Amino acid sequence: MQEYSYLWLIPFFPLLGSVINGLLGKKIKNEKVIGTIGTLAIGLSFVVSCRYFFQLIGDAVKIHEVVLGSWISVGHLQVDWGFLLDPLSALMIMVVTGVGSLIHLYSIGYMHGEEGFYRYFSYLNLFCFSMLMLVLGNNALVMFIGWEGVGLCSYLLIGYYFHKKSAGDAAKKAFVVNRIGDFGFLLGLFTLYWTLGTKHGIWTLNFVDFAEHGHLLGTGSMVVTVVTLCFFLGATGKSAQIPLYTWLPDAMEGPTPVSALIHAATMVTAGVYMIGRMNGLFAMAPDTMMVIAIVGAATAIFAATIGMAQNDIKRVLAYSTVSQLGYMFLAMGVGAFTAGIFHLMTHAFFKACLFLGSGSVIHSMHHAYHQEHLHDDAQDMRNMGGLRKKMPVTFITFLISTIAISGLPGFSGFFSKDEILWWSFGSSRGHWLLWLVGALAAGMTAFYMFRLVFMTFFGEQRTDARVKDHVHESPWVITLPLVILGFLALVGGFVGIPHVLGSVFGHIPNKLEHFLAPVFEHTQELHHIAAHGSSAMEFGLMGVSVGIAVVGIVFAWLMYLKRPELPGKFVASFQGLYRTVFNKWYVDEIYDALFVNPTKRLGTFLWRGFDVVVVDGIVNGVGKLVTACSTALRFTQSGFVHSYAFTMVVGVLVILGIYVLK
Amino acid sequence: MHGVSVHHYLVLSAILFSLGTFGVLTRRNAIVIFMCIELMLNAVNLSFIALSHHLGSMDGQIFVFFVMTVAAAEAAVGLALMITFYRNRESIDVEEFNLLKW
Repeated sequence: MQEYSYLWLIPFFPLLGSVINGLLGKKIKNEKVIGTIGTLAIGLSFVVSCRYFFQLIGDAVKIHEVVLGSWISVGHLQVDWGFLLDPLSALMIMVVTGVGSLIHLYSIGYMHGEEGFYRYFSYLNLFCFSMLMLVLGNNALVMFIGWEGVGLCSYLLIGYYFHKKSAGDAAKKAFVVNRIGDFGFLLGLFTLYWTLGTKHGIWTLNFVDFAEHGHLLGTGSMVVTVVTLCFFLGATGKSAQIPLYTWLPDAMEGPTPVSALIHAATMVTAGVYMIGRMNGLFAMAPDTMMVIAIVGAATAIFAATIGMAQNDIKRVLAYSTVSQLGYMFLAMGVGAFTAGIFHLMTHAFFKACLFLGSGSVIHSMHHAYHQEHLHDDAQDMRNMGGLRKKMPVTFITFLISTIAISGLPGFSGFFSKDEILWWSFGSSRGHWLLWLVGALAAGMTAFYMFRLVFMTFFGEQRTDARVKDHVHESPWVITLPLVILGFLALVGGFVGIPHVLGSVFGHIPNKLEHFLAPVFEHTQELHHIAAHGSSAMEFGLMGVSVGIAVVGIVFAWLMYLKRPELPGKFVASFQGLYRTVFNKWYVDEIYDALFVNPTKRLGTFLWRGFDVVVVDGIVNGVGKLVTACSTALRFTQSGFVHSYAFTMVVGVLVILGIYVLK
Repeated sequence: MHGVSVHHYLVLSAILFSLGTFGVLTRRNAIVIFMCIELMLNAVNLSFIALSHHLGSMDGQIFVFFVMTVAAAEAAVGLALMITFYRNRESIDVEEFNLLKW
C-alpha cells in the first residue's frame, strides 16, 4: 500500500495560480511574470500528476481514495472532500495537466499584448482547477463542483472579448445550454441517491459505493434507466451532443487556446468521463446505452456534414470536435469504454494540436492584416492558401494531426477510431448500422479536414498582395507546444494497439486496455459486453473504413487542389442542399422558434403582465394608500404649540377618565 | 386629628397643577407659559414630598431632587430659546412661532 496523500496538490496549484494572478495580476502588469505564474502552476500540477501516475502503474492496488475531511454531514448525507485515483482518473489528470501546460505556454505567445492578460491566465488556471476537481472527485458532489466550475470558466473565457456583442451572446448561450444539461445531471443524482437510500438503505454519493451497490437497482429496471438518461442529458450539455450541441460552434468566439483546451481537449470530454466513471450503472441500462450509441452516431455524422460547408477555420474544427465527441459517445453506448477513453485521449492530442495550429495561422494572419491596416477576416479560409512555405512548423504538425484525425494507419486517430468502429459493429450492444454511420462520418471527417488543409496551406496565397510578406512563422512558445502535441498525435495511438494488429506484429499487448481494466473489466464481464467476430472480419472492416477515409481525402484533393472550379459547380447544382448545410441545417433557427422565442415571450408576459401590473400594482397601491392617509392627517400639525398642548391634556384626561370610570 | 393631613397637600397640589395647566393652555406669552410649567412641576414636587412623608419612604424626596435638576436645566435651555426667539421676531408670543408645520 503506497501513499497518495498529496493528491490534493494537483488541483491546488492551479487554484493558487488563479488566485495570485486574479488578485495581483493587475498590479504585476508584466506579461512574462503573469504567464510564468500561470504556466508554472499547471506545470507543477503536471509534475505531481506524473509522479502519481507512474506510482499507480507500479502499484498492485489500483483504486485509491484520499479523504481530506468532511464537507457536509447532515443525517444520512455524508459528503467528504475526497479524491479518487484509479487508472481512469489518472489518465485524465495526465491529459488535463499535460495538454493544459502546453496550452498555457502557448497562450503566453498568443495572448501577447491583449488587454486583461492577467484575467485570461487567472480564468485558465481556474478552469484547470475545476477540471481536476471534476476528474479527481471521489463522490458525485465534488465532481459536480468541478462540473459547474468548468461551465463557469467556459462562460468567462468565451466572453473574454466581452466588448464584442457576439462573444457575450455566445457565452450566455453556452451557459444556458449547459444549465439544461446540469439540470439533468442533478435530477439523475437526486433520483439515484434517494432510491439507493430509501429502498436499499445505502445513503451514498461515493463512486466506489455506486459501483459496489449499484446492482441493487436491478439490471434494466425503470429507475436505473431514468437515472442514466438524466445523467446522459447532463453529458449532452457538457459534451455538445444532439440536442444540446449548438453552443459549441458559437464558443469559438473565445481566444483560440481556450477553444483548444476547453472546447476540444478537456471540458467537452467531461460527459464521456462521467459515463466512464459510472460505467457500472450505465451498463445496467441497455436502453440508455442504445440511446447513447444512437445519439453519438447521429451527432458524429450530423456535425460532420456541417463541417464540410464551413469557411471559418475554427468553425470547421468546432464541428469536427462535436463529431469526434459523437464517436466517443458511440463507443460508450456500445460498451467500448476503453475505446471511448482512448479516443478521448488521442483526440485531446490531435485536436488540441489542430486548434493551436489554426491559432498560429490566425495569429500570423491577424498580425499581417494589422500591419497593413486591413480589415479582412483572419479566420476565413478563403483568405488563406499557400501558407505551408511561410509557416513550415505549423504546417507539418497540422498535417500530422489531420492525418491522425482522418484515421490513416499508424497515426493515433487510426487506433482509437478503429477500435470504436470495430466495437460498434461487433459488440453485443452494437449494430452494423452504427458502424456504417460511423464509417461514413469518418470519410466526411477526412474530407473536411483535408479540405481545410488544402485551403489553408496549399495552392496560391489568396491574401491581399500587400499582406503576403508579413505572414510568417510564430515564435517558439507557440511552435513548441505544436511540436509536442504533433508528436503525441503521431505516436499516442501506440499505447492501445488492437489485439488483431498486435498479434500480427508479434504479440504486442494493448497497454491501455490492460491499464484501464480495473475500472471497466468487471462491468464488461458482468454484462457480457464484448466485441465478437473473426479477425478477418475485423481486418476487413478496418480496410473499409480506411478506404472510405482515403476516398474522402481524394475528393478533397480533387475539389480543392486539382480542379478548384468543382466546388462552385457543385454548389450551383445543389443550391438548396448547400445552403441548408451551410446554415447548419437551420438548427439554431428551429431552436429559436421552438424554445428561445416562446421563453422570451413568456418572460415578456411575466414582466409586462405580471410584474408591472400585479406586483408593482400591490407595492405602489400600498404606497399610495399611506400617502393619502398622511395627506389627510398632516393638517393636524398646525405649528401652534397651544393646540398640541391642548390635545395632550385632552388625551390625558380621556385616559384618566377611562381609568377612573371603569 | 385636626392638623394638616396628606389630603390637604394633595388637594393643594392638584389645584396648583390645574392652574399651571390652565395657564399653559391659555397664555400666549412664552415666559408666562414657562412659569406655568414650573408651577406644574412644583405641584408635582409637593405631592411627592407629601406622599413621601406619609408613606415614610425617601423615594419621593429623591425624585424631587431629580425634578428640580431637570427644571433647572429646562429653565436654562428655555430662557436661551426665548432670547433667540426675541432676536428673530422681536416678540415672544407663541402664536408667532408656527413655522414648524405641514
